Amino acid sequence: MNEKVRFLQGNEACVEGALYAGLRFFAGYPITPSTELAEGLARRLPPIAGRFIQMEDEIGSLCAVLGASLTGLKAMTATSGPGFSLMQEAIGYGVMAEIPCVIVNVQRGGPSTGQPTHVSQGDVQQARWGTHGDHAIVAFTASNVKDVFRMTVEAFNVSESFRTPVILLLDEVVGHMRERLRIPEEGELPVVERLLTQVPQTVDFHPYLPREDGRLPMAHFGGHHRHNVTGLAHNIWGFPADDPASVDRLMHHLVGKIDNRAMEFAHWVDHQADDAEILLISYGASARSALDVVRRFRERGDRVGLLELQTLWPFPAALVRERCAQARRVAVVEMNMGQICREVQRVAQDPDRVYLVNQVDGRLVGPDTINQALRMIQGRGF
Amino acid sequence: MARVKKKRLLLRREWCKGCNICVAFCPTHVLGLDEENRIQILDESRCIECYLCEWRCPDFAIELVDLASEEADGAKEGAA
Amino acid sequence: MATLDYVRRRFLPHIWCPGCGHGTLMATLVRAIEELAIPKDQIVMASGIGCSSRIVGYLDLHTLHTLHGRALAFATGVKMAKPDLHVIVPMGDGDALAIGGNHFIHACARNIDLTAIIMNNQTYGMTGGQVSPMTGHGERATTMPYGNLGQALDVVAVARAAGATYVARSTVYHAPQLKKLLMKAIQHRGFSVVEVLTQCPTYYGRLNQRGDAVEMMTWFKEHAVPVGSDARKDDPARFEVGEFVNVERPEYCASYDEIVTRLKPREDEHA
Ligand SMILES: Cc1ncc(C[n+]2csc(CCOP(=O)(O)OP(=O)(O)O)c2C)c(N)n1
Ligand code: SF4
Ligand code: SF4
Ligand code: SF4
Repeated sequence: MNEKVRFLQGNEACVEGALYAGLRFFAGYPITPSTELAEGLARRLPPIAGRFIQMEDEIGSLCAVLGASLTGLKAMTATSGPGFSLMQEAIGYGVMAEIPCVIVNVQRGGPSTGQPTHVSQGDVQQARWGTHGDHAIVAFTASNVKDVFRMTVEAFNVSESFRTPVILLLDEVVGHMRERLRIPEEGELPVVERLLTQVPQTVDFHPYLPREDGRLPMAHFGGHHRHNVTGLAHNIWGFPADDPASVDRLMHHLVGKIDNRAMEFAHWVDHQADDAEILLISYGASARSALDVVRRFRERGDRVGLLELQTLWPFPAALVRERCAQARRVAVVEMNMGQICREVQRVAQDPDRVYLVNQVDGRLVGPDTINQALRMIQGRGF
Repeated sequence: MARVKKKRLLLRREWCKGCNICVAFCPTHVLGLDEENRIQILDESRCIECYLCEWRCPDFAIELVDLASEEADGAKEGAA
Repeated sequence: MATLDYVRRRFLPHIWCPGCGHGTLMATLVRAIEELAIPKDQIVMASGIGCSSRIVGYLDLHTLHTLHGRALAFATGVKMAKPDLHVIVPMGDGDALAIGGNHFIHACARNIDLTAIIMNNQTYGMTGGQVSPMTGHGERATTMPYGNLGQALDVVAVARAAGATYVARSTVYHAPQLKKLLMKAIQHRGFSVVEVLTQCPTYYGRLNQRGDAVEMMTWFKEHAVPVGSDARKDDPARFEVGEFVNVERPEYCASYDEIVTRLKPREDEHA
């Protein structure tokens, strides 16, 4: 057996994915159900001269990550609901100052301390809108250990390509379940390295002037290009600027660089979705149950399919609109009060045909619950 | 008694905010504020080159420059 | 002057009010760096939010203007990423000790090699004169209109208790002494704290009838006594200036690197 095939938890796969992507700095604060990430990296980083630090809280953790990223290291933090709430201000800083980093949120039940050891997908809209001010954000998710690995690598790639924080929204079930994972060989998955400026030392460097392809080369602290980084509205040199033209340019750049690439960032899996009369839309752990239901229905010849989303933000509106148009009815399966359902209803041509199938009691939404809901949606018994 | 002057005072009036700190703490009353509330020299001959004005000015608006080195490189610093 | 080499001159005059002590601290800090002859590329200066924190915009270093209270946390990431860099962290008293108090204590305890400078004007300048952790008992602030119910925190005592390995205090009146203390703090290997009393004539001065900048600096002059002096017994308003703590303890990044070296797979193992 290939020695790189291992039986890993989702959280452990995230550690492996991060290291594969070149992670060299992790700061975090323990919280269930994400702690395995911190513990794993506390062991794994020092031998490769990477840096690990347990900070005094989640605010400090993300701030340290941002500082390390600006100083040249690929950086990540991991947390769950309460810690994710504490990180919101610093997420906005990362967005504003365009600092690559990955923030993992292994979701648990909320609000507040909620259900620390139980599954939920209640932070989906918080990931989108949690930090104040207009902004765009990238958030990925995954429903199995292999995809956790792959989406972790992708999270780093997008964050490095577009100098932006990327949120990886896992959940307690996916974080803790074990599956076989073959760690890809080096070079098997693309890894985006940080884009550094080629501007010579004697020439003025503009840290916030995007190239034609939208990417902004960086210069690290400690290098030759001294510049300023601020969370204030700023000009292309990174100095505070509040003239309307600079602010307008900045706002459109920050939102445009993400939202204009929605389909470029979109990852999804079609599970017999093309000819589906009833289309399920789901993601994360709930997509596992949805997939089970699809199989059962298909066995009986019913045209049920699943669109599994792996990119939640920017919401892949064009994709979802197209898939919904093909189906007679759409059921969004999730473990919250309809946080992605509202997005689907927003983009679908006929929102009245979009139904929410959810469960919010701390247990994984199961195939039976989905089955039952589908019967009601169809207006008939099976 | 005539002292040999090694330094001269350089003022950057456009950076001066008229806070009076240098004026008040100059031990020999060399400095004053003008009618626009900006730094001016009253009598440079009294200056004992103690640097206290330069060190305490919050605005980089007053400085002692070395006469010798100034002559040497012929540098005359204009206010930035 | 050479000092201006470290300054982004194009942004002067700065935004601080006439007579604001923050300007004197900035000039003194630049002199300290200049005298230590540290190349600009090897200094990262990280600040938070407040009047004080605007200092970084004016200095030609690697500068990081962060979030209110979080400068030390960002600086920790910077330092761990490149331990060879000098990382200097100027903060307001509210920034460092109220919202950032937790980071402050833990940075002290880690003894990570950062230089924390607390620009203590006893108030929140940027937001207009609210009470700060350094406002004295009975003093006025816009949010303590009847006098402060609490009392000023003793930063030196906090830093010492939390484990900072270099702790000093001075004032902007004592600029020459301040420069020496800043130089020692920057050179110190470990977490160093310099508390600098600086005047905010616009809010603290006005609200507490402390007069203008000159009167406020005169007050610093008249009330500062050397560390250990018993002159404080006669007047509780007097405060000590000088060096309080200067000890050696394992530095955080150095300890980390020892572990990295210990764990590094040795060449001969692969042979
Ligand atoms: C999270 C957050 N809370 C509050 C503020 C508003 N705020 C800006 S500066 C400041 C206090 C500044 O006081 P201090 O740190 O003592 O510095 P000074 O302005 O006196 O130099 C506050 C409360 C903020 N920017 N961010
Ligand atoms: S150097 Fe000393 S004596 Fe001369 S003007 Fe300045 S404060 Fe006065
Ligand atoms: S101390 Fe500086 S700013 Fe104040 S009056 Fe003197 S020169 Fe002007
Ligand atoms: S408000 Fe106070 S602290 Fe702020 S610049 Fe003015 S004098 Fe300085």
